[in-house]
Amino acid sequence: MTNPKDDHWLVRPDTIRLLWRVFIAILLVAVAVQFLSGSDGHFGIDGWIGFGAVYGFLSCLAMVLVAKGLGAFLKRPDDHYTKDYDAGGAHDD
Amino acid sequence: MREARTMIEWLQPAFILFLAALLVGPARGHLRSAVILVAPLLTLWAIWQVPDGAVVTLPFLDYQLTPLAGSPLRRLFATIFALMAFTGGLFAFRQARWQELAAAHAYAAGAIGCSFAGDLVTLFIYWEIMALFSTLVVLCGGTPAARRAGFRYAVMHLVGGVVLMVGIVGVIQQTGTLAVQPLRAVDPATWMVLIGLLVNAAAPPVSAWLADAYPEASPTGSVFLSAFTTKTAVLALILLFPGEPVLIGVGLYMVMYGIIYALLENNVRRILAYSIVNQVGFMVCAIGIGTEMALNGAAAHAFAHIIYKALLLMSAGTVVYRTGKNLCTEVGGLFRTMPLTAACGIIGALAISGFPLTSGFTTKTMISEAAANEHLGLVYMLLAAASAGVFLHAGIKFPWFVFFQKDSGLRPKDAPWNMGLAMVIFAALCILIGVYPQPLYDLLPYPVDYQAYKAAKVVYYLQLLLFSGLAFFLLLPLMRRTRTVSLDFDWLWRVVFARAGAGGYAALGALRGGLESALRELRALLRRPARALLAPKPDGDDVAESARDGLIARDWAIGAAALWVAVLFIGYMVAYFL
Repeated sequence: MTNPKDDHWLVRPDTIRLLWRVFIAILLVAVAVQFLSGSDGHFGIDGWIGFGAVYGFLSCLAMVLVAKGLGAFLKRPDDHYTKDYDAGGAHDD
Repeated sequence: MREARTMIEWLQPAFILFLAALLVGPARGHLRSAVILVAPLLTLWAIWQVPDGAVVTLPFLDYQLTPLAGSPLRRLFATIFALMAFTGGLFAFRQARWQELAAAHAYAAGAIGCSFAGDLVTLFIYWEIMALFSTLVVLCGGTPAARRAGFRYAVMHLVGGVVLMVGIVGVIQQTGTLAVQPLRAVDPATWMVLIGLLVNAAAPPVSAWLADAYPEASPTGSVFLSAFTTKTAVLALILLFPGEPVLIGVGLYMVMYGIIYALLENNVRRILAYSIVNQVGFMVCAIGIGTEMALNGAAAHAFAHIIYKALLLMSAGTVVYRTGKNLCTEVGGLFRTMPLTAACGIIGALAISGFPLTSGFTTKTMISEAAANEHLGLVYMLLAAASAGVFLHAGIKFPWFVFFQKDSGLRPKDAPWNMGLAMVIFAALCILIGVYPQPLYDLLPYPVDYQAYKAAKVVYYLQLLLFSGLAFFLLLPLMRRTRTVSLDFDWLWRVVFARAGAGGYAALGALRGGLESALRELRALLRRPARALLAPKPDGDDVAESARDGLIARDWAIGAAALWVAVLFIGYMVAYFL
């Protein structure tokens, strides 16, 4: 896209900046509203203010890092299982 | 009148779909469409005519078969299977090959048959029918990759079926009854039944079959595949192993496995396939917890899951159908020209993530609540982390990479009307069950004493999910898509076993060559006395005799089994003449 104004309004930089601001506002409200709603704690610690926020964020961080780490061992080029067929020519792949 | 009512009660609802599967081929044009769409609705009606308890019993050897038994739980699963057959049929009937549609209806019929199976033998028969017709659905993908994946899929399910069958025979011998009743995995027979069921639930270490096969089916085929096999396994586990402690660990493993592998994956439908394992993990874990609320949660979540997972695969399938592209790295920015498909995909993604006001929230939170009620702190916290992870790997990742991210420049048309309508129906159900879950709660096996919408709980889950969203966008650089596949336990059978098999086959060939020449000499030795005994008048029989020998010799070459028969035969001959 040469001129960002030509593209769909949803992907223009101005819109994206606005979306980030709205998103951050929603995040803050989601934590703040806990003062009104009270907590849904079953085990003490999960009743703390903002526990869901911190726990959700850290869980995702941990999972992405674990996936990244495992990926170093588990990832193979996507012809890993098919290249034998391609090279052998015995199968019509 | 009373007579007619009895007749209807006796009808196995699955037969309607079997009949439809037979008629799809010969029927043409509008008649075929009518068969595909009307049969699931008739089935749905028939399902609600099945009364509670054993309806049909037949004597079988010394036992009693119960091919048709009703209960609220069985009707619930049969209902969602029939609903899936209808909406999947609507999604597929103008685009899919008739072979796939026929196979899909027979596959759904197998799932409904399993739902109403009152004894283990009937359950096993429908179980194998599902394995057969689901393999056909995979094969209808039509590509060489689909053929190979279909073959691996069939082998996995046949092996699982054998384990299940041996277990069932053992259990019948121990208990003296064929009845489907709660068991505990305490001895080899019950363990084999459990393992046989878990193979179909895509439990470790064989979870890989699911993500291997489903994405190779056609864009319409993977929608059908997502619904029946794993959820029938969930039903069978609820019926046979409620409260089996080992299932808690198995379920948690599946939950985490699904997230990690989906995060690594590039193929759009394979991401969704991994998330099936993840979601079934929630249900398996709930069955392990085993309280009434946990089993209600497993059943409700299975119901909701079939709808939103099918919706997600419809959305992905529409993209594959319109663009011919399967990989995240090849698509992107499609929201511009496929707004309906994108909107429905987003609704499915929110539902799978368990966002408040969607079906995932009103069903999955029952499972977490059940864990909390049993004071299973670690399970509860891991399920909460997994809920965040679901949003990460499916809830945002799927719509983001397919419909947004960079602009791929592709400008495909939006969904054809029938695909769009099917998606709208399921998207509406996702929201309906989220906003007004009571009708679903009323169908659950146990009385529901559960309030989904408490302010504190809604806030907790909103925090969990919204901050996962924040994590996703902040960590995007770490999640760049790569054109890779991820190794799994299936590496064992796709590479190690395959090579060992090829080596073993060569060794067997050499062994057979050696044995054959040895046998030929042995036969020559035995020939004279044998002929003297069996054919005392040697008048011109020589030619026929040698021709027959030639035929036998050729038969041996067919395979090792024939060779063993020959070895036994020779042994018998030797013993006879001695």
